Amino acid sequence: MIHAHGLEKRYGGKRVLRGVSFDLGPAGFLLVTGPNGSGKTTLLRLCAGLAAPTAGQLDVEVPRGRIGFLGHEPLVYRELTALENLELYGRLYRVPERRERIGMLLERFGLWDARHDRAGSYSRGMMQRLALCRALLHEPDLLVLDEPYSGLDGQGAALLDRELDERRAQAAFVVATHEPEQIERLASLRLALG
Amino acid sequence: MTYLADVGTLARKDLLLELRARDTLPAMLLFVLSTLVVFHFVLPGDSSKLAATGLLWVALLFTALLGLSRSFAAEREQGVIDGLVLAPSDRSAIWLGKALSILVFLGLAELLALPAFALFFADVDGSLVAGVALADLGIAAVGTLLAAVAAAGRARELLLPLLFLPLAIPIVIGGVGASVSAHSARFLGFLAVYDAIFALVCWASFEYVVTE
Repeated sequence: MIHAHGLEKRYGGKRVLRGVSFDLGPAGFLLVTGPNGSGKTTLLRLCAGLAAPTAGQLDVEVPRGRIGFLGHEPLVYRELTALENLELYGRLYRVPERRERIGMLLERFGLWDARHDRAGSYSRGMMQRLALCRALLHEPDLLVLDEPYSGLDGQGAALLDRELDERRAQAAFVVATHEPEQIERLASLRLALG
Repeated sequence: MTYLADVGTLARKDLLLELRARDTLPAMLLFVLSTLVVFHFVLPGDSSKLAATGLLWVALLFTALLGLSRSFAAEREQGVIDGLVLAPSDRSAIWLGKALSILVFLGLAELLALPAFALFFADVDGSLVAGVALADLGIAAVGTLLAAVAAAGRARELLLPLLFLPLAIPIVIGGVGASVSAHSARFLGFLAVYDAIFALVCWASFEYVVTE
């Protein structure tokens, strides 16, 4: 699903990623760890197709629309409600039975009652839940998650655990985290950067 | 059809955002009106229509610049551009949707500016309206692409005028010519050709602007 060989990424004169290689299968789970500035986010952006490597080979055998990406930013409009944000992405990602899928995700992540509230009024944890709904909306074949537990309380983390467990067999994962113990059990491949 | 549906979805989203945030259109309306009022007092009473029309185009151009500078604000500040870029739709749909919303904002600003121009300076005739409409197409096409370029950079407030104003010179030449020349059809034709060429170039090159 993802074949990386000797990946390197530079921004100007600064090298942020060097000599990264791995092969991830269709139901693989790559756990990426490393200190701040080690290139975790950069590697995830490369895998999602949001950036191109400066050197090396990267082959992602998943079409753009089948990738679910969770970054540092929630990638939602703060002036739109949760429902409107998910409607927008649902249309752009051509999600079948969009309304039902959105309703199910909002219910599952505990945002149903706040669905008509503007995303800008959400707490950090609610925003992360909404970002997860957005990333999972189109049932992607590859999930690229950067610090998915960030901002989540115990209940939110448990919801995410359940979602990851359920989707583990159906999708490939690339997950970067500072807290690997939370998802260590799911990993089939580990990559320590820096 | 899917492409047009994506464009419609994105343009609707921009209009809804403006309806909620109201941080672009009111500024454009206030700017264009206050600029024309200032010009009204600056220009001597016996000035020609030629001079007044020139000032109208200056006001319209800088009003457009004001709108363009805010056009990717939500995507930039909230990082949403990554979400849009990852969607399976053709990336040029992002450009076209944004250009359409800019076009609506420009049209609304001109609905205020042209009557104000008629009130303060001179009559508004058909060739002036046609020139403004064609100029809007060019401004929206080129401006949206350059606003996306500037949004990705650091000195975006400086970068956008530096990139946009040189490329807007033909629009001003065509617009002023269409408004005051006896051969306005020739200038309208020039604007139409400019619009077609630059719309095509911007449509084809937008993908490279929003990907690293």
